[in-house]
This record gives sequence, structure tokens and C-alpha cells, in this order.
Amino acid sequence: MMQTVSVPGAMGYAGASGELLLAAYRCMVRARLLDDKFAALYRAGMIQGGVFLGRGQEALSGAIGVSLQKTDVFAPLIRDAAGRLAFGEPMVDAVRTYMGSAQGPIRGRDGNVHRGRPQEGLLPMISHLGAMLSVVNGILFARRMKGITGCVGVASLGEGATSTGAFHEALNQAAVEKLPLVVVVANNQYAYSTPNSNQFACANLADKGVGYGVSAHTVDGTDFAACLNVVGGAVAAARAGKGPQLVVANLLRLCGHGEHDPGDYIEAKHKNSPLGRDCVKVAEEVLLKKQLADAAQIAVWRSAALREIEEVVAQVQREAGPDPFVEDWQALSTPHLAEGQEPKS
Amino acid sequence: MSITYLEAIREAQAQALRQDPRVFIYGQDVGDFGGAFKATKNLAREYPGRVLNAPISEDAIVGLSVGAAIEGLRPIIEMQFADFSTVGFNQIVNQAATLYWRTNVSCPITVRLPFGGTSGSGPFHSQCIEAIYAHYPGLVVLTPATVEDAYAMLLEAVALDDPVIFCEHKLLYYHLKAESLPAEALPIGKARIAREGRDLTVVTYSAMVHEALVAAEELATEGWQIEVVDLRSVKPLDTDTVIASVARTGRLLCVGEAWPWGGVTAELIARVASEGYGLLDAPPQRLNAKDTPVPYHPNLWAAHRPTARSVAAAARNLLRS
Repeated sequence: MMQTVSVPGAMGYAGASGELLLAAYRCMVRARLLDDKFAALYRAGMIQGGVFLGRGQEALSGAIGVSLQKTDVFAPLIRDAAGRLAFGEPMVDAVRTYMGSAQGPIRGRDGNVHRGRPQEGLLPMISHLGAMLSVVNGILFARRMKGITGCVGVASLGEGATSTGAFHEALNQAAVEKLPLVVVVANNQYAYSTPNSNQFACANLADKGVGYGVSAHTVDGTDFAACLNVVGGAVAAARAGKGPQLVVANLLRLCGHGEHDPGDYIEAKHKNSPLGRDCVKVAEEVLLKKQLADAAQIAVWRSAALREIEEVVAQVQREAGPDPFVEDWQALSTPHLAEGQEPKS
Repeated sequence: MSITYLEAIREAQAQALRQDPRVFIYGQDVGDFGGAFKATKNLAREYPGRVLNAPISEDAIVGLSVGAAIEGLRPIIEMQFADFSTVGFNQIVNQAATLYWRTNVSCPITVRLPFGGTSGSGPFHSQCIEAIYAHYPGLVVLTPATVEDAYAMLLEAVALDDPVIFCEHKLLYYHLKAESLPAEALPIGKARIAREGRDLTVVTYSAMVHEALVAAEELATEGWQIEVVDLRSVKPLDTDTVIASVARTGRLLCVGEAWPWGGVTAELIARVASEGYGLLDAPPQRLNAKDTPVPYHPNLWAAHRPTARSVAAAARNLLRS
């Protein structure tokens, strides 16, 4: 019997407050508009490399961000602009990394969504995304050794990463060590162009958690309030010492894999199904219905976000990229052991 | 009292655990069982909660160590065999080795690789894969050949702020002995002149140092004085010591137990050819294992890897050229 739990009350979690809904929504809007700006900058040739948007995944991502505390750990995936903002990543980090500013946290050495501040709990992904799970495990494991309790680590994945060996090793490791890890899988139906039918054969991805003794939950990833409740509940359960949790959110990526990809393989049956709902619009309806905000207030938040984005982009456009003549070209932190220097002649 | 290479590794880990509360050991069977080779014997009992068994998940083992390093700890990872580290390869070369360069946060992990051939061990318990790790930026790759270096270099590896691949040769575990452990040693990155000579330089590392020393002894009876350079670390590679030795002898033979293609011996010859070409009296030579998987049967294995006899034969050829 599958142990999927979608009712937050079952985990002793009170559910999302109106305040939390508003906080999540505002991050979703900022993320959507920031993504739109990155897409425009990409089309204008002002961003080198790829641009990867979170369109359609903001509700899930924002729910992660607002469910975490500053002292928690977050390993985002490429569509987590909302979650990053909610977790506290300064917007300027995103813009600097996309635009290659030397002042960004990654200083032009890596780009786009590959950014983070590891010592502040925000992990910079490597492209082999499943590999991030065990790094989160390591931070949680080390904190336990140091006697630090009450923190949680979230690793975000797409459904494609659940096919990697690293995912299985790390989920099992977290279960064996009873770590407060929450793995959130955005099942957006396609890994790049590969449909789920070529990716996995189980009825529900949550079953993969059950097999490892990990509590598993499924949620409609387009449903703003449900995401907050289920992700919030899973985070609360992990924090309460109930071991690792797996959340599978079913949704649809409302864009290509990256901005280079028109995404024309995305089938109409998905677009026209409830999966194809725009979670930002759904969230607005929730706020209006619950009378947490009115249309005028939402418009004010949107224009504030646009202004913020324009200001940050204008600032970063004035910043220099990295200088290859100043770069130390050393991959080791111990300078005298670094190789690859120019031969002394 | 004498101490083996394996006991030196155990003692270095005990010392690291004793002197630094940030150190812990994580790997398969390392807990109460003491490890497949007993390199962590009694350590779980002596340091409760700091010597921990892992599931058979090399990827997750290394990934966990990177996370722990970010959190300020200094993990020592035991791979049961170097050969199995390929399952954790991605975490080593893409996660650990790039972390500092990407983020300015250092990654002080030590990955112990019991490596190299022993009789009857076959294709998957014998490999020498130091060159693969040395290929990637962001890693330090150590290959101690003596009991003293096994101890001192492991302690230095754990204290280092960068990821270290610590290649400990299984053939040396039990029969290589020293009278005592050293209080000090050459630093990481410095090669050692294991035997002085003036006619030919053999540059090698790990277990092959001992084959080269036996070959040098044999050639001494024929009137040749062979200099043997023990690299100690293959990355960084102490090119200065190698070139200085070639300047004295004019002849270079590089010996490695690893496969030949793109390996440490190739790197040595490339460096000496480009930086010390004028010092050479004859074309530099190298001797490696054959380019096949490592065979199981002792007859095949003995012919697969360089030995004192084949090193001596290669040296004789080079001395005559």
C-alpha cells in the first residue's frame, strides 16, 4: 500500500497562513517577471549561454522557499527563481550570474542558474542535478554531528533526475541516516524533450520514495494553496524528526527546456488539461477569493516587481565581466599546490 | 617495534581524529568491522560517532562528504577499492573538484583509494587510476611509496583545504615496514630522491619505487649508478626535482604501474622533453602496464605490470642508446 499523504493535518501541520500565501505569491510574481526579463535579454543577445525559466513551476518553487527558514538548506533546480527569492537569495545574484558580472557570487566562472552561496545554505547546482541530494545530506549529517538540530534541507529535482543513480543512492542514504531531507520533484512531464512514458514506468513517482522507506506525498503543482500545504507539511515533518520526505508535484512546464527550445514537442493534451493551468493566475484567484488582496493591490505588486527588476538589471549592466588577465587561473585553494601556471622561463 | 604501511594509515587516521574534532571517517565497512583491509581497526570504538558505515553508494558517499566539508568538517572517505571510486567519479571530479573554483568555498575532503595490483585480484580490484583524477583541475593526487610517507602525507592531506585523492598501494599494506613513524616529512608536492645515481634517472611512484630500487641494485652490480626519483605526489608533479635529476644523468626512464595512455609517465616525458630537452643524451623512455584490463592469474599479472626485471631491462636498453 502506497503511503502517500496529501492532507497536511495528517502531519500535524496547521496549513499555510494568509501571510504565507501572500509572501509566496509575491515571490512568484517577482520570479515570473524576472524570468520574462531574462528571456528578453537572451533574445537581445545580452546573455551568453542558456536561459532557463520556471514558467508553470512558480507555485511549487515559491512554496519551497517560504516553507524554509534562513538557517535551512536549499539545493534548487533550474526553474526555482521563485523559491530562491523566497529563501532570501538577493535578486542581484541572479542577474549578475546571468549577465556574467565579476561581482556575482560565481564571478563569471559559471553562469545562468548555476549559482549559490554554499555557506549560507544555498547550494550551487552542478548540471548532474541528482548529485545535489547527497550534498544536502552531507550538510544535514554534519550539522547533526555538530549538535545542530531543527534544520531541514530541500533538494529540488525534475522527474528526469529520479532516473539517475545519484537520486537513488542519496534517497536511500537519507533514509538510512534518517536525515531531515525533503526531496521535491517537479514532475513537469518532460525531461528536455523526453516524455514521462520514456522516463519511468511506475504509476506514481512517489512510489520511488516508498521503496526506500521515505514518506511520500503527491500534490497538484498548479494548485498554489495545495503546494504550500503539502510542501510546508513535508518540511514540518522533516523538521520534527520524521525522517526524509519525498514530494511529487504534477504540473507542466509552460515553456521550452530553455529559451533556445521552442518546446513544440509538448503535447496539446497536456496544455489543455488541468496540468496546463498557469499557477500564477491560479494563485491570484486564490488571493482574490480569500480576500487576501484585490486586483489593485496585485497590480501594485506587479509594478513594484517590474521596477525592482529594471533597477537591478540597470545596475548590473554597468558592472564589468571577469578579466582574464586578473583571473588567477587556480582551481585549488592552496596556491603553492596549484598546477597549470605558465612555465618559468 | 615495527609498523606496516597499513598500520601507518590507521595511525594517521587515529591521529587526525585525535587532534581535530572536525575529522570523521565514512565508508563501507569502516565501523566496528574496521574496514576491508582493517585500515580503521578499532577506530569506531576509540572515536564513537566519528567512524561511520555507509551503504554501498559511492556517489552518495562522496556527495555527503562534500556537504560535510561545506559545513566545516574534514571527512576522510574510504573507498573499499580504488576501482569502485568510478561510481563516485562524478561527485569527485564535478562536485568536489570544482567547488572552490566556482564558489570560493574550499572542499577539504580526503578520498582514500586502496589501489594497485596484488596477485590474484583481477580486473576490478587492481586498478591504478591516479592519472584520471590528476587530469581534472581542483584535485591533489598523492601516491606515497613508504610507510613514513603514508603516515605523514595522509595527515597532511586531511589538514589540506582542498580535495585529496590518496592512493595507497595494497601491495605495500602488509610487507612494507618501518621502525617508527616520522615526526616530520617532505611537504606535499616535493619529490624525493630515493637513490642517488649519475647514469640514468628512473622516475616513478608508489609500489613501483620498490621495483625500481631493486632494479637499481641489480644494475649497480653491472657498474651502473641509477638515480631513483619517488614522485610522492603525482599532482602537483615536482617537475623541478625531475629535471634536476635528468640534468645530472642525461637519461630518463619513467615507470608506472598504470596503463600507458595519457598517464603520469606520458606527462613526465612531455614535461622533460619541453622543459629539459637539451639535458637529454638519449630519447626519454617509459614503462607501464600493458594496455589491457589487469589479469587475474599470477602468471599473466606478473607479465602485465612492470617489475624489477623489466625495469632493469628497459634501463639497460636506455643506457646503451
